[in-house]
Amino acid sequence: MKEIVVISGKGGTGKTSLAASFACLEGRDVVVADCDVDAADMHLLMQPDFNKREDFYSGELAKINQDECIRCGNCADICRFNAISIIDSEYIVDPLDCEGCGYCARICTSHAIGNEKLNAGEWFLSSIKTGSLMVHARLGIGADNSGKLVAKVKKEAREIAKRNGIGLIIIDGPPGIGCPVISSITGANFAVLVTEPTISGLHDLKRAYELVKKFNIRAGCIINKSDLNTRTTEIIEDFLKAEDILHISNLPYDEIFTESMTYGQAVIEYTNNDMTGMIKDSWHKIKQIL
Amino acid sequence: MKIAIASGKGGTGKTTLSTNLASYIAEEQMVVLTDLDVEEPNSGLFIKARLLKRETKYKMIPEWSEENCKSCGNCHEVCNFHAIIQLGSSILVFPQLCHGCYACAELCPSSALEMVARKMGELRHFQNGKLNFIESRLDIGQEQSTLLISQTNQYINEHFPGDIIKIYDSPPGTSCPVIEATKDADYVILVTEPTPFGLHDLKLAIDTMKKLGRDFGVVLNRQGIGNNDVLDFCQQENIPLIAEIPDDRRIAELYSRGELVYQEIPEVALQLEKILDFIMNNKDSR
Repeated sequence: MKEIVVISGKGGTGKTSLAASFACLEGRDVVVADCDVDAADMHLLMQPDFNKREDFYSGELAKINQDECIRCGNCADICRFNAISIIDSEYIVDPLDCEGCGYCARICTSHAIGNEKLNAGEWFLSSIKTGSLMVHARLGIGADNSGKLVAKVKKEAREIAKRNGIGLIIIDGPPGIGCPVISSITGANFAVLVTEPTISGLHDLKRAYELVKKFNIRAGCIINKSDLNTRTTEIIEDFLKAEDILHISNLPYDEIFTESMTYGQAVIEYTNNDMTGMIKDSWHKIKQIL
Repeated sequence: MKIAIASGKGGTGKTTLSTNLASYIAEEQMVVLTDLDVEEPNSGLFIKARLLKRETKYKMIPEWSEENCKSCGNCHEVCNFHAIIQLGSSILVFPQLCHGCYACAELCPSSALEMVARKMGELRHFQNGKLNFIESRLDIGQEQSTLLISQTNQYINEHFPGDIIKIYDSPPGTSCPVIEATKDADYVILVTEPTPFGLHDLKLAIDTMKKLGRDFGVVLNRQGIGNNDVLDFCQQENIPLIAEIPDDRRIAELYSRGELVYQEIPEVALQLEKILDFIMNNKDSR
């Protein structure tokens, strides 16, 4: 089984639009995983039926039983996250600050602190318009543990692919380089880095690539909106050459990305022009290298 | 007065707005701009200023001492994050997974674990005229950005008085880094674009801000593309629409070169003035 992950470092470079187009080109022969669980958007293009829904529990939250509490304050003293404070002479846990380490519960001499399982969001298994299956999720508001939810989405996608004899998973990754990104790229066979010729695009591409390199994952790059600044596009191309990253393609700035999204479609379904040709070529190039 | 610039979706224009707004304000009065998108800090690419200070930022992780260890396995047992495992008589620590709660070290009966500082990133403080700019940068491979964000917030609180306008360029999304970045804000400006992705993620961001009990308003960027759904939504929900920045290829080109926009495009300066008015009115009513 092969996994292709689409990431970018910087947000808004076209990750989801491209991942959705690749998924459409592949039709039934792929399982799709939207791992941007913080701000999942891919479902807006794929018409999922939300066939299966499950709560996702991850991590814990300290809870103080006021009847048992003797107000010694030890819990507040040892909490490194300042999550426990006195309100109206009661020790109260702030759920947004509590990291769920469980230290307070362990040292409470009156056994007044318990740990609640935390509902960190929900995940879905859907049939989508391409006839394929998609795993997607929604992180609970303000929830921690987005990396764990990403891992869950990927695990489900892998199992479904295995069960249905499908050899390919396309993963739409989150922006950034922190825990959800690390979770998204772990175990991937190939990373598609989508960038744009802006100094922030280049800056974030370099950081994203450093991460990918750290995890020994092969990478290729698509320069989207490449005619926005041809000089920066050249600088990116030089960087790709120097680092031996596969230069997949340059896609010119095209309002069609926004337009097709407005109609709930991937670029590739919405129109048939030079851009669709270039996206098809990009996908073939990625598949060849696998 | 702390103003966080946030958005659910990435790439909607948070950094463009933060850097332009801060520079615009700095023409008249003191302002502090802080880049809290520590995973991908970009504001610095647009701000020309002199470096005043750098500080290495650390997180505390346990270090194992073989001599004292009695291999009781307690540390492994108390770690809720699976950051410590025991292999035979050896203890292995996974620093990336460690949240720095100290439980393993302080509950070790034989004092075989000591908390030591380990570098996770760097804070840099720049200045140009009335503009102070602070940026923090997470080292690559580090998983948890929230601690660095909170240490950066602490730096700002220790170094600048409360009545200066402070602008925080926040990370994208709705999870822990955003919560940490907007936790202390007096007001949150949500930047979005008039597309289905923009609207969908705006709704998520609004839910988050409501849960946090934050005051918020919307700045619509790239107005002219997509459709009217974001405008209609703001109207229906009575959400203040603070400003609308037009879609203009020239803005994208200036941005691509790392240049500020408002000096070149008067319409943008007009919208920044609107935002500043809004901030000042909001400040007075507090």
